[in-house]
Amino acid sequence: MNKIQWLMAEVTAIVQETPRVKTLTLRLPEWIPHLPGQHYDLRLTAEDGYQAERSYSIASPPEKTGEIDLTIEFIADGEVSSYLFDGIGIGDPLEVRGPIGGYFVWKDTMANDPLLLVAGGSGIVPLMAMLRHRANIKATNPTVLLFSVRTDEDVIYWNELKTLACQDSQFSLLITFTRRPPSDWTGYQGRIDGPMLSEVLSRFSSPPLSYVCGPTPLVEQVANTLADVGLPPTSIRTERFGPTGT
Amino acid sequence: MASFFNKGFGRKRDSDTSGRIPPGQYETHDFPVLTAGPTPRIPLTNWTFSLEGLVDTPVQWTWEEFNALPHQSFTNDIHCVTKWTKLDTHWEGVSIETLLEHANVKPEATHVMAYSYGDYTTNIPLEDLRHGKAFVGLRFEGQPLTPEHGGPARLVVPHLYFWKSAKWIKGLRFMDADKAGFWERGGYSMYGDPWKEQRYRSDD
Repeated sequence: MNKIQWLMAEVTAIVQETPRVKTLTLRLPEWIPHLPGQHYDLRLTAEDGYQAERSYSIASPPEKTGEIDLTIEFIADGEVSSYLFDGIGIGDPLEVRGPIGGYFVWKDTMANDPLLLVAGGSGIVPLMAMLRHRANIKATNPTVLLFSVRTDEDVIYWNELKTLACQDSQFSLLITFTRRPPSDWTGYQGRIDGPMLSEVLSRFSSPPLSYVCGPTPLVEQVANTLADVGLPPTSIRTERFGPTGT
Repeated sequence: MASFFNKGFGRKRDSDTSGRIPPGQYETHDFPVLTAGPTPRIPLTNWTFSLEGLVDTPVQWTWEEFNALPHQSFTNDIHCVTKWTKLDTHWEGVSIETLLEHANVKPEATHVMAYSYGDYTTNIPLEDLRHGKAFVGLRFEGQPLTPEHGGPARLVVPHLYFWKSAKWIKGLRFMDADKAGFWERGGYSMYGDPWKEQRYRSDD
């Protein structure tokens, strides 16, 4: 097997998604099609040779060729995220390698199965690649995204998600606000719990495949609740995100 | 001086412990959780631990029997393939060497498949479990090991990336050849030495 090589990518676009989240578009010298859910490793090198590596999920679908979008949440004291957030401009080089990961992925062979996506905060990123790819291949499987965010400032990709939900009657967008909903909000509020998940599951006529991504407490709660209500544990795939301390 | 560097990027953390942090890793003081699916709940009355495969006498312990085996304390640094390293973790458990006294391993055994509740598996060379290098952890930082961290019992092989330290361990199967476990089938390293940065199969 060939070694997954480090490549010198170039930043070609930067989008401020929310006050704490940016998307970097990287042009790759050798672009390899990825599966939605996969990630790239990113490596920063200091002038004294010190290196730091992190993994970032790919937000873009494989239909976007030649480039990848990495969506990055700013973490106070985060050595890598703070540099990517404040120290990087268009045209700058960044070393990456990938795509990596073979389990938390959504494959075209699953495109007929009902799909439940549950995200907390920046855990939306790999699920967004799945939703974008699903729209591109015009899949018609019933799909629900349950997205937990703190406030209306924190909804990453909100406009795009609303557009997807308007265009696709098989896709439902459900947002829950844990701290401050918009003033005219009539949807879910508070942390995801058993009753909320049961209500979401009742929208499916057959058990869905589930992908859960976010901070550990949310992932634990959601995955264990889904297993408790009878979804087969092997149909629930999880990935944990977010700061791991200083 | 590096041939390529990111302008303006520098170390933010103190480096007193840098000699203990493998390449590409950073130190965390949390204990992050990483698994592929839901956390299995294992009632202790149903819990068993087995040694099987290439052994003269397969053994199975109940929770009470296993806890009656001689315990030891361990202090180790642990390294997760997702880049975090946690220094000086304190464990109590049963050394694999202690377990092997109860089941004569056949000479042709070279590798072990650790298998778990929830059907997780991971492969490890037998030599890497011997001579006190690995243990079954029952207590972490003085408390019973919690389910999200692999409780009631997890394998701990601190010198390899932490996915080799199978959570919710159910037994060890002795084999005469190496065979890929769960993440290894998905493209992760067969061995997983953090100091050689063997993260993916192509790094082996």
